[in-house]
Amino acid sequence: MNWSDWSLTIALILVAGSAILLLVIAILRRKSTPVFREIPAFSRLRKAIGLAVEDGSCLHVSLGRGSLATTQGAAGLAGLSTLRRLADLTSTSDLTPIATSGDSSLMILSQDILQASYKEATGGGHFDATSARLTGLTPFSYASGTIPSLRDDHVSANILLGNFGVEAGLLTDATEREQSFILAASDYLPAQAVLYASAQEPLIGEELFAVSEYVNHSSMHAASLIVQDILRWVLIISILLGAILKLAGLL
Amino acid sequence: MKNLLSTLVAILAGLVVLVGFFFKIPVLVEIRRLVLDWAVIVAGMAVFIGVFNLVSVNNTRLSLGHKGGIYSLALMISLVVTFGLGLFLKTGHPIMNFIFYTIQVPIEKSLMALLAVTLLLASIRLLRKQPNLFSVIFLAITLLILLGTAPLPFGELPFFSSSLRPFIAQVMAGAGARGILLGIALATITTGLRILFGADRPYGGK
Repeated sequence: MNWSDWSLTIALILVAGSAILLLVIAILRRKSTPVFREIPAFSRLRKAIGLAVEDGSCLHVSLGRGSLATTQGAAGLAGLSTLRRLADLTSTSDLTPIATSGDSSLMILSQDILQASYKEATGGGHFDATSARLTGLTPFSYASGTIPSLRDDHVSANILLGNFGVEAGLLTDATEREQSFILAASDYLPAQAVLYASAQEPLIGEELFAVSEYVNHSSMHAASLIVQDILRWVLIISILLGAILKLAGLL
Repeated sequence: MKNLLSTLVAILAGLVVLVGFFFKIPVLVEIRRLVLDWAVIVAGMAVFIGVFNLVSVNNTRLSLGHKGGIYSLALMISLVVTFGLGLFLKTGHPIMNFIFYTIQVPIEKSLMALLAVTLLLASIRLLRKQPNLFSVIFLAITLLILLGTAPLPFGELPFFSSSLRPFIAQVMAGAGARGILLGIALATITTGLRILFGADRPYGGK
């Protein structure tokens, strides 16, 4: 076996093992609510959702520019999953959430999600298709196209979840000027640094993928967080073991 | 029925692509290639739908007299002119290059410059917003990296440029970045699996 075959085999074991763990944990824990560490940003997000429902304002969810056909697609999917939950939670509010994105496939899916949630809540009725918006296809056109949505008088909270570049700094600055709530997360490292310095509630690393579980519990989402923790420990042990073997001259 | 069908299509397509990636069975590899080709075509069509959405949103903003309607008008005129010229002149034509290099590129560059100012202000405000140890470390490291990278009138700072900056950037920041990326990679696996199991359906009804 050459190195390429080895890495493919390890990847297969990782994916298959994760799939089995995910299913087993989701089935075993389907009736219990797991307790995760408290993240202040999520508590404030829950408050912002409650406030939006009470005062009839709406949430603005920006999904970034991660095309589903690329490796950044997972961040977009995490954003869409959260949008689905937020749309369900605020379905009793007067206004449906606004979803902006910098990629066409994300725009189409976000429109579908908002429409489905609206129809489930109202049992039909006229859905405003412009709630889901493609604001631009290049980083800065996306940022400048999204700023009017951030400044919308009806928007009480902004949630930026997905693949953003450093242009996210312009979005957080616009929100700062409006003094509205903002929770922001990106899978891109330079953007995480920008968000850390400029956003009110920045999320770091894989916290981006945990938002939907923290917002609204489901057994599969909870199981996926537990699987991530297990895999993280497996990786830590593997790295330490590899370092020890290397030091001992066995690798 | 529609939801069941879309879920089935998503799960089957995902499974075929994943299994075809790990096992080089000729039939599976062919089907995988076909599904990926279809995905490329669908992604291409999605761009057109996206542009229609852009026109629709800005048209609504203009017709309802929303704040900033003039910008929507400017966008629609620019879109129509560029699209029309692009259809007749094709890419690489001097006029298309002129539009790109004298309008698009300078605007994006000026926004990049604006971003630099915005980030400087954000750094100044950071200690007021989050007065904690991590903010202090963040700002101190930023300053050290700048001192080690910036072209100074009296030349490089001996210790900062040769030892401290490379140590922070390659050892400390490199290790931290790898840790964050590993966390993101693990989360990406479980996100993909949730879609494959049909637990997450980012396409319409429950």
